[in-house]
Amino acid sequence: MTPYEKLKTARASTRPTGSAYVNQIFKNIIELHGDRRYGDDAAIYSGIGYLDENTPATFIAIDKGTDLQTRLAKNFGCPKPEGYRKALRLMKQAEKFHRPVICFVDTLGAFCGAEAEERGQGQAIAENILEMMGLATPVITIVIGEGGSGGALALATADKVYMLENAVYSVISPEGCASILWKDSNKVADAAACLKITASDMREFKVIEGIITEDFDNFDKMCKSIRHQLKKDLKEFAGQPTSQLLDNRYHRFRKFGNFTKIEEQDNI
Amino acid sequence: MSNFFTNITNFIQSTSQLPDVESFIRKTENATVVCKSCNSENSKHQLLRNNMICPQCGKYFRLGGKERVALLADRKSNKEMFDNFESKDFLEFPGYADKLEKSKKSTGEKDAVVVGTARLGGNEFAYFVMDSRFMMASMGSVLGEKITSIFEYATENNLPVIGFTASGGARMQEGIISLMQMAKVSGAVKRHSNAGNLYVTVLTDPTTGGCTASFAMQGDIIIAEPKALVGFAGRRVVEQTTRSKLPDNFQSAEFLLEHGFVDAIVPRENLRETLTNILNIHSGKGGRE
Repeated sequence: MTPYEKLKTARASTRPTGSAYVNQIFKNIIELHGDRRYGDDAAIYSGIGYLDENTPATFIAIDKGTDLQTRLAKNFGCPKPEGYRKALRLMKQAEKFHRPVICFVDTLGAFCGAEAEERGQGQAIAENILEMMGLATPVITIVIGEGGSGGALALATADKVYMLENAVYSVISPEGCASILWKDSNKVADAAACLKITASDMREFKVIEGIITEDFDNFDKMCKSIRHQLKKDLKEFAGQPTSQLLDNRYHRFRKFGNFTKIEEQDNI
Repeated sequence: MSNFFTNITNFIQSTSQLPDVESFIRKTENATVVCKSCNSENSKHQLLRNNMICPQCGKYFRLGGKERVALLADRKSNKEMFDNFESKDFLEFPGYADKLEKSKKSTGEKDAVVVGTARLGGNEFAYFVMDSRFMMASMGSVLGEKITSIFEYATENNLPVIGFTASGGARMQEGIISLMQMAKVSGAVKRHSNAGNLYVTVLTDPTTGGCTASFAMQGDIIIAEPKALVGFAGRRVVEQTTRSKLPDNFQSAEFLLEHGFVDAIVPRENLRETLTNILNIHSGKGGRE
């Protein structure tokens, strides 16, 4: 598949949404609503449950909705500031009770409306990224469809990040890129190729730890193997002191950058 | 008597600390600058003596890193650091190499941020100043590396950081690595903060996109220059999403103050005094009459 075909696949309305993964992977689920500040953003489905009988965990999923009514209610999976603040509230709660946080990302990007600006969309995302950098409990993120820019990173400043094989992760939507660079929104396919947005690109950049094979016809089996991977990772984290976990998280992001370093000259 | 001497000493100290704008002017070409707001023409030197504010209409000109520090910091206190990085076109992105060359030529800088240490009223601090003249201060690997490095330096040396933000957002020519810079810098901000250090951001025109959604909004104290554009999504995008016309002051510094997202709007001519005061209050020094 070309990057553009992958983009279309990642956005397909037939794909399972965030809540489908949560409901398949977790047991004894209790959804927890609201940011305690302004409201409850339906684009974020979050709460607590069990990964298995010994492993309670917090889940935070961006959900695009499955029909017109739910898609409208969920803003097509574009979270508002109160959605990011709800997510942060639950992360802090998870930290307090020493349970891991599992995030599912599927968004074109954070919502771009006037009210989102009024309520500090930038500030909400900034705070999530900052706090996730210091969150004293493991965070694992899976990009299940679209990983759209800052709106995705606000739930993906994690210890490990996975992507589904046809998911995409991008700094800007290819539409946005094409319209800014070439003033031509028909060049989306070119932009998708130039931006390098596929799961295999991400693995090459070391932005993700692994790629999850898609098998939507056997969704329960697919989720079982995701759960297996999550438990394996959590076992690895359980053997680490918190300081080590945070140190590794710091360096996981500290390493990103591709530039030329000019060797300094002695005595100018 | 001792009070008298303290006052005299303080006075002499504070005047000897004033920014040395004249020596910066001597090194700067005296070109004619046209104000985009009122079309009036002024010489660069005249503008520098006026804090790069249009004497006719009060419009704030955008400042490069070196100008900002020269107008703000104590004389002879500036030490620029981590100046040995250059951007690389590692995705072979159409047009990127040319854009970099053009910006390097027109600004004389290697990329869109200047970092270092300087003093304000004798207080040492670390700084970063983003330069919107260089590819709209979009955030690539070099910018992320330099800001991260200055935060790490400040953490090691227990220095406050003052960051002047201006950015069009991510540098899409560096793809996902550009997005990762937001998390990379945030990690360094977090460590600096956890160590009990002060971080002040000064939001300047325009601060948008991923910059707003990361380190611009992570300051302990957030100051904005009057009328600066500050927001997450672009105005046009918001108008398309909302399908309505937005008020003129939408995403202005004043709009953010009204909605509770900045601590204060400080005119450029008062910035030195305000920042010095903030550094003093966090330095353990006593206040001055």
